[in-house]
Amino acid sequence: MVGRRLAAGVVTLFLVSVVVFLATEVLPGNAAYAILGHEGTPARVRALEVALHLNRGLLDQYWIWISGLFTGNLGHSLANGLPVWGYVEPRIINSAVLVFVTGVIGAFAGVALGAVTALRKDGWPDHVISVVVLAITSLPEFVVAIALIIVLSTAVWHVLPAVSLLAPGTYAWSQPELLVLPVATLVIVITPYILRMMRAAMVEALESDYVEMARLKGTPEWRVVLVHALPNAIAPTIQVIGLTFLYLAGGVVIVEYVFNFPGIGQALVNAVNGRDIPVIQFIVLALAAFYLVVNIVTDVIALLATPRRRIVS
Amino acid sequence: MAVNVPAAPEARLRQARRIRRHQWGSVLWSAARTPRGMIGLGLAAFVVLVAVIGPFVAPNAPDALVTLAFGKPSGQFLLGGDFLGRDVLSRVLDGGWVLLIMAACATVLGIAGGATAGVSAAYLRGASDGIIMRAADVILSFPQIVFALLLLSLLGPRLWLITIAVGVSHAPQVARVLRSATLDISERDFVKAAELQGMRPAKVMWKEILPNLVSPLMVEAGLRLTYSIVIIAGLAFLGFGPPPPAASWGTMINENRDGLSLSPWAVIVPALLIALLTIGMNMFTDAFARVAIGVDRQPEEAALIENLSPGSR
Repeated sequence: MVGRRLAAGVVTLFLVSVVVFLATEVLPGNAAYAILGHEGTPARVRALEVALHLNRGLLDQYWIWISGLFTGNLGHSLANGLPVWGYVEPRIINSAVLVFVTGVIGAFAGVALGAVTALRKDGWPDHVISVVVLAITSLPEFVVAIALIIVLSTAVWHVLPAVSLLAPGTYAWSQPELLVLPVATLVIVITPYILRMMRAAMVEALESDYVEMARLKGTPEWRVVLVHALPNAIAPTIQVIGLTFLYLAGGVVIVEYVFNFPGIGQALVNAVNGRDIPVIQFIVLALAAFYLVVNIVTDVIALLATPRRRIVS
Repeated sequence: MAVNVPAAPEARLRQARRIRRHQWGSVLWSAARTPRGMIGLGLAAFVVLVAVIGPFVAPNAPDALVTLAFGKPSGQFLLGGDFLGRDVLSRVLDGGWVLLIMAACATVLGIAGGATAGVSAAYLRGASDGIIMRAADVILSFPQIVFALLLLSLLGPRLWLITIAVGVSHAPQVARVLRSATLDISERDFVKAAELQGMRPAKVMWKEILPNLVSPLMVEAGLRLTYSIVIIAGLAFLGFGPPPPAASWGTMINENRDGLSLSPWAVIVPALLIALLTIGMNMFTDAFARVAIGVDRQPEEAALIENLSPGSR
């Protein structure tokens, strides 16, 4: 089962790499002309074509790119001349810190709030939270970010920096206060999904036969909740926590841009603006690979957390 | 589970279809009368009205330099000036309709493409199913905004390209939902009856299966429309929207961010309009889903619980 998922993942990743390659290299018109625009003298176009291997056949081009990925030779950024890996690597680490911290805080907050609202089902906090959750899940992340900036760093209070500029060569953890607003934005965006799922699963678990049975046996209520209901409710919630990590792969793009956070998402936006093809190709492929890995890991964990599914398949 | 269809089903089927059509109209109506649906519809209708009527009542041209950069609100310029000294109120009134048209087109594209793919995959089975769902997996491996950025990377921010990119990135999700709904329906007796009469597969899908998928289709349409607005406004915020000097809400938020402490209205008002629109859309979709599906749950949660909870197969 796990092996089949892995194999499918590898095939999908291969097809993804083909899509990335085709989208960036073979769109109508010559890439070199598109990049140089009005400054495209024949000599410069020619030079760029050679640099991008555009003078080779399509299969050759793909082979050069994909073998470069495995040998660590990703080419150089067209915008700043740096090697792609050297330029992107510190940003991957910064983004990973952002995603990880956000995911952990969001998961705990969502599970805790979801369990509590399920226990107090149909009380007024439950109704208030359900409306707030519905509102937040429909908000674009840049609106949340702007609201936080307005309240916490410009118009109302001035307690946090509105931009997360880092000195080159330093990593996100060296200045934790710069992480606060980007993390807060993403936590606000992801927590409602986890909360909603946890609440629904917990309500289902609390109404189930085994919880009823435990209560009839005279098990203390805290034990019914923590030992009987909670673990069964967390199993489906894990799937949603996985989905929020998937969401974060795209969510970091806008949030990093808002706060000028030097991560992979901001680099992608800059690269698309500057038509920096080698950087675009690598970042998009890296994000897609992350997406696939999280997907597989989530499936496997959900499988292991659900005994009955494990036996059937 | 399905009721046996008598020997001469044609007339009865037509009658049944008429009833079904009548039903979803009444579902829509009763969704609009729930408190949640009413508030949602009201919010969304208000924003749509601003966007549609706005261009005709705007006091100034959206690109005319008429006041001071980040000028304070005054009797003449109710919301002050933007970063170049253009009238913020006029730009707000003029900046919504492009977003709405693009979001509507992207949604139609995503629903049409996704429904076609999902229904054919489930009904035709076999190789078509495998190919369609593998293609869906590939597109699903990209976060939606990253997929759009990838397609924009060579041709630049063309509005039609953004619309197509967002529409295509919706299709796999829609296809998955409709595929599982179709798998259920294509086993029903009325479909078998139509097949026995020698109806062609395309006609079976169009005439027999699709009319039974109206509820999930409309829930999907509501969700996708909300997401389209979020993504298209987000892309405009990143700088991939209508080219300057055109006004658009997403672009306005970004270009006026620097003046937040001087004149926040140029940021707050467009952000608020986007927020009200997406919240309204989502609330109405939620109300519709509750009435149509008849459970106190979001449809995606219901599907996840069915798949994963210990009580299911």
